[in-house]
Amino acid sequence: MSGQLNLQFPGPDNLHVVIAGSWLLTDSHPSAGDIAQQLQSRSDIRRISFDSTDLTQWDSGLLTFLARVYQLAGKHNIDIDPGGLPDGARRMINLAMAVPPHEDTGKHGEKLPLIEHIGEKALAMWRAAPEMLHFLGEVTLSFGRLFRGTAQFRRSDLMLIIEDVGPHALPIVSLISFLIGLIVAYMGAVQLAQFGAQIYIANLVSLGMTREMGALMTGIIMAGRTGAAYAAQLGTMQVNEEIDAFRTMGFNPIDFLVLPRMLALVLVMPLLVLYAGIVGITAGMFVAVTIFDISTFEYYQQTVRSMAWTHIWVGVIKGTVYGMLIAFAGCLRGMQCGRSAQAVGEATTSAVVTSILFIVIAASLLTILFQQLGI
Amino acid sequence: MLQNTNPDDHIVAQDLTLAYGDFIIQHDLNFTVRRGDIFIVMGGSGCGKSTLLRHMIGLKAPASGRVLFAGVSYWESSPAEQQRIKRGFGTSFQSGALWSSLTLAENVALPLGEYTDLAPADITEVVSLKLALVGLAGFEDFYPSEISGGMQKRAALARAIALDPEILFFDEPSAGLDPISSRRLDDLILELRDSLGTTIVMVTHELASIFAIGNNSVFLDTETRTMIASGDPKMLRDESTDPGVRRFLNRGEI
Repeated sequence: MSGQLNLQFPGPDNLHVVIAGSWLLTDSHPSAGDIAQQLQSRSDIRRISFDSTDLTQWDSGLLTFLARVYQLAGKHNIDIDPGGLPDGARRMINLAMAVPPHEDTGKHGEKLPLIEHIGEKALAMWRAAPEMLHFLGEVTLSFGRLFRGTAQFRRSDLMLIIEDVGPHALPIVSLISFLIGLIVAYMGAVQLAQFGAQIYIANLVSLGMTREMGALMTGIIMAGRTGAAYAAQLGTMQVNEEIDAFRTMGFNPIDFLVLPRMLALVLVMPLLVLYAGIVGITAGMFVAVTIFDISTFEYYQQTVRSMAWTHIWVGVIKGTVYGMLIAFAGCLRGMQCGRSAQAVGEATTSAVVTSILFIVIAASLLTILFQQLGI
Repeated sequence: MLQNTNPDDHIVAQDLTLAYGDFIIQHDLNFTVRRGDIFIVMGGSGCGKSTLLRHMIGLKAPASGRVLFAGVSYWESSPAEQQRIKRGFGTSFQSGALWSSLTLAENVALPLGEYTDLAPADITEVVSLKLALVGLAGFEDFYPSEISGGMQKRAALARAIALDPEILFFDEPSAGLDPISSRRLDDLILELRDSLGTTIVMVTHELASIFAIGNNSVFLDTETRTMIASGDPKMLRDESTDPGVRRFLNRGEI
């Protein structure tokens, strides 16, 4: 059985609302639209009364209806006589009406015109720049304190973070470097074989892996793996007010949280880059020996001949710079994080995007720099 | 699995033992929540109140024993049956647990949209009513991160009562609320019980609330890891034979 509504007019200024049947949320029942119409057309109505004697059962379905009627009455300045309502419903409606609605400040849901929207975005970006510089400054000061030995952080934290970003990253770094070595060797070898110059696979792989690819691939892996983790950790700490707790207890959160994370990645990245180079060269050797009939010793000899310490240094320097940038971006986004799960997600995404952007810019600049220096 | 029980018994715990792995939190809990009760789960910090609640709302299976809802053993039921039982629950978590990517209105509307056939316009009206009931009229378009902790808590309650649940579970409902909001919350809980016949189960140690609205309770003890008292909290305060219970309910002044 569903709810019924009957509107009566016992007096010239009185609207009598008869509610009957079952008014459950899941039932179908009339809406307050009829009443709105009556109030609109008969401006002489000053009073609304109710009759609920034939009401069998009710829940929020009825309350929603009543809330709407009360709202309409308020709009038209009409008195409500709640006497005919079930006691519980009357009390519930009173509870709902007890706190006046919050006046919205208007900052919600408003849609800006396109130009204004673009302008807002541009200004927001412009405002973000000093924030980043501010963070850079704080990190620099923190490193200053580290070298003077006054930076406050737990050495055991540093060790744990190093373990997490270093040894635990080895499997994925191995896999990717091996595949990259394989691809470089194979693609190169197919071309070189046309001139019978397969032996130069060794030069190609060793140079490529140590100077560029090792650092770049490790950087991208670490951006996805560690940069994201930093942002998520710090972001969640921000949500839980853990960072505020550090501040109020006089700990500098930059020293305590950001410094060990940056140190860890800066210390570990060179090692990972070297490791990636070795794995890549091994993969190249695997291709050369199994597919292109070059002996292991030949390949080794050619690799040693083509290598120079400068190549290794170039790769290591690049990797270290990438590491610094990844840690910087991850920690920056984590510390800037808002106070919700949504914000943590945004911070993590932004950390990875920013890291990769930084890596690409740094890679280009460093390559040009080394070129100009003739290294 | 239908058990032979009194139709007035809404929730029954039988020899319930709660444990994390080998670590027993509480053992041999036996209590009955009648229809329309405002049932308080109390006890000192760390005694397993919230854990008991998690077992009652179907988040964690008990190590042994049963929880019966209207005579149906939850953990021995099929997943479809469990889903049906859970449909009758409304839960307000300790820290609100509002979905942060949705506005308050969307938070409350989500269960309504999923589990009822209401038209979007009707849902909007129901949402406004629920938010008004918890004193948050006009906050529809705010995100949880934009309102205070106490308001988040009230919004979470609005979400919990969205579907007019048969049983409402609360974890620390009034912690973090100002006295007036806290009082209004008590009124609302009483009203939900009186008007809609909702059974209320709440974890709390707010003595004012316990005595104002509670009419049944269970007291969990940390030392012995089991329940040491149950019944009307006002009677326990004055007549309990256990000095620990009396001390708790008299704020240690005894």
